[in-house]
Amino acid sequence: MTSSAVHPTQARPAPPARPSWPDATGHFGVFGGRFVPEALIAALDELTEAYEAMRVDPAFIAEFAALQRDYTGRPSPVTEVPRFAEHAGGARVLLKREDLNHTGSHKINNVLGQALLTRRIGKKRVIAETGAGQHGVATATAAALMGLSCTVYMGEEDTRRQALNVARMRLLGAEVVPVTTGSRTLKDAINEAFRDWVTNVEETNYVFGTVAGPHPFPAMVRDFQRVIGDEARAQVLEREGRLPDAVLACVGGGSNAIGIFTAFVPDDGVRLVGLEAGGDGVETGRHAATITGGAPGVLHGARSYLLQDDNGQTIESHSISAGLDYPGVGPEHSFLHDIGRAEYHPVTDAEAMEAFALLCRTEGIIPAIESAHALAGTLRLGRELGPDALLLVNLSGRGDKDVETASRWFGLGDRDEVDPGPGMDTDQQPTEGAVTSGDAVPGHEAGESA
Amino acid sequence: MSLLAERIAAARAEGRAALIAYLPVGYPDVDTSIEAMVAAIEGGADALEVGVPYSDPGMEGPVIQEAMDVAVRAGVGLRHVLPAVRAVAAAGGVPVVMSYWNPIERYGVDRFADDLAAAGGAGAITPDLIPDEAGAWIAASDRTGLDRVFLVAPSSTDARLAATVAASRGFVYAASTMGVTGTRTTVSTAAGELVARTRTVAGDLPICVGLGVSNGDQAAEVAGFADGVIVGSAYVREMLDGRGAEGVRALSAELADGVRRAGVRA
Repeated sequence: MTSSAVHPTQARPAPPARPSWPDATGHFGVFGGRFVPEALIAALDELTEAYEAMRVDPAFIAEFAALQRDYTGRPSPVTEVPRFAEHAGGARVLLKREDLNHTGSHKINNVLGQALLTRRIGKKRVIAETGAGQHGVATATAAALMGLSCTVYMGEEDTRRQALNVARMRLLGAEVVPVTTGSRTLKDAINEAFRDWVTNVEETNYVFGTVAGPHPFPAMVRDFQRVIGDEARAQVLEREGRLPDAVLACVGGGSNAIGIFTAFVPDDGVRLVGLEAGGDGVETGRHAATITGGAPGVLHGARSYLLQDDNGQTIESHSISAGLDYPGVGPEHSFLHDIGRAEYHPVTDAEAMEAFALLCRTEGIIPAIESAHALAGTLRLGRELGPDALLLVNLSGRGDKDVETASRWFGLGDRDEVDPGPGMDTDQQPTEGAVTSGDAVPGHEAGESA
Repeated sequence: MSLLAERIAAARAEGRAALIAYLPVGYPDVDTSIEAMVAAIEGGADALEVGVPYSDPGMEGPVIQEAMDVAVRAGVGLRHVLPAVRAVAAAGGVPVVMSYWNPIERYGVDRFADDLAAAGGAGAITPDLIPDEAGAWIAASDRTGLDRVFLVAPSSTDARLAATVAASRGFVYAASTMGVTGTRTTVSTAAGELVARTRTVAGDLPICVGLGVSNGDQAAEVAGFADGVIVGSAYVREMLDGRGAEGVRALSAELADGVRRAGVRA
């Protein structure tokens, strides 16, 4: 990889242009489309039609904007993190603070849009899948706000990893259904949600959480999430007078990444870098790096890259991050990868957790473990590009939900006794040296990846 | 000529609807599942849907999911379907593959069509492939003369019914209810309505009804308005409960009696 030779300093704020993809039937090149039972086509057509009418309706635009401002707290700020950036080759690092949104992640951006759409098509019940629980919490929140009944499907494994979010959803009045089929994670929760939808489609809308699934979800969720990049592009231009050299985001299904990438897609000088969950390492087979380690196929209603075996069976993914633990990826990412507009690299659990600790210690921000993958990629890319580089990172969520996982990772207490308090200052936990040294990710040479 | 349409026409000539059984290959293991498929034919089924195990079967209820899960974990895949197809054909049944799309795409659409045709298979039913996305499969099945069965549902618009029927060969699969596979105590009223709507655009294409039929009485009821009756979860239940090939044979006999009770559709 080479650093970009030209800073696109002449770029000016542009009104958001909608990408020319997907086509009318939901295809991003060869990716996307609709691979679902015929029984769901009528509902998908209804959603598509209602959404296309709604997105240009001034009343909707005004209501959506008001909710984003008054309820979510948009625009989210951009924060420079110089102490963190010292570990990133001296590059300057700006965080887009989606962690500060109401409910704690970017997921609220999408669910408010889809909840308004649900109301518009006259349905009273919403269902959702969730991995880390952030989309489930956001959907339960929007359902409470708009008086909709809400059922959230969550893999049984994830209900254990993210017990806090299960409790939040229940407090918000949602029914949480633990899914016990297959790998008991996000992919199986999606299967169960589709089964619910096909059975109850007359009164139920499926509020899909990411830029995957059948048309219109990838395009619709992108449109609802692109506010991240639209804001960030203007914010960076205003404070720096130039665009960033690279925009980085973690990629599971890929909604926060598409959200921050979309505004920058036309800016050829800006590298778009997606960080996939490398788990134990892509070479071990225990990972969730779909584009890095997968092949094109069909899963959950769309053609995209996916982790699959020779029989075409989906391979169970592995990641410390429940929100990235998904063997598929949104079709627009597959498309951006294949046309060479975006690049995708894996980050291991260990690298992500080092970056997680580093942001906690240097900046006083506890990131979601998902977002920590983007931070790890930033450390690498900063070292590659050096002190002149300006990097924009989507801090897609906050880490409150991950306190137990992180405490266990760092040996700060056992499952029943999560009290990281003074332990954070002792030298008993393993990354102390790395975090306080000048090199937080030993063993990863500049330019190796990212 | 379509193997499936021929067999359904032969049933009609006997004054009855056709009986189409479903069993996934690989539950509890490949050999036992093939024995059960042969027993289903010997017991009176006309055709057999040879199910391809898949890790993410979005249209299946818990019974078929459970059997598929065992088969998937044992590494059973599309290549194990070919011996099952040959065995069903040898037993005098018409074998048709039932597969979610990704296993076929991974195997290679053209390779699948060639191998299936060579094994004596009639064609394939593709529950998550709509004609809109089926260009490669339509070309491959035309080239090899295989049947391709698409699904219609109670929610299908008239325009989609017409397009789906036009793309189908062998028969069109009418999914009788909005929902997943599984036994139900009654046949949905939507089934008759859907068949009637489909009939207006189907011409000579047979219409077979699936989802929720599990016993002889329900088979008789559906046979009163459809050209074929598709039974899946009830067969798989026999396997899950350990009654094996003999249970499957007895179920076929009960269902075959059912499709004869209704008398031929006018």
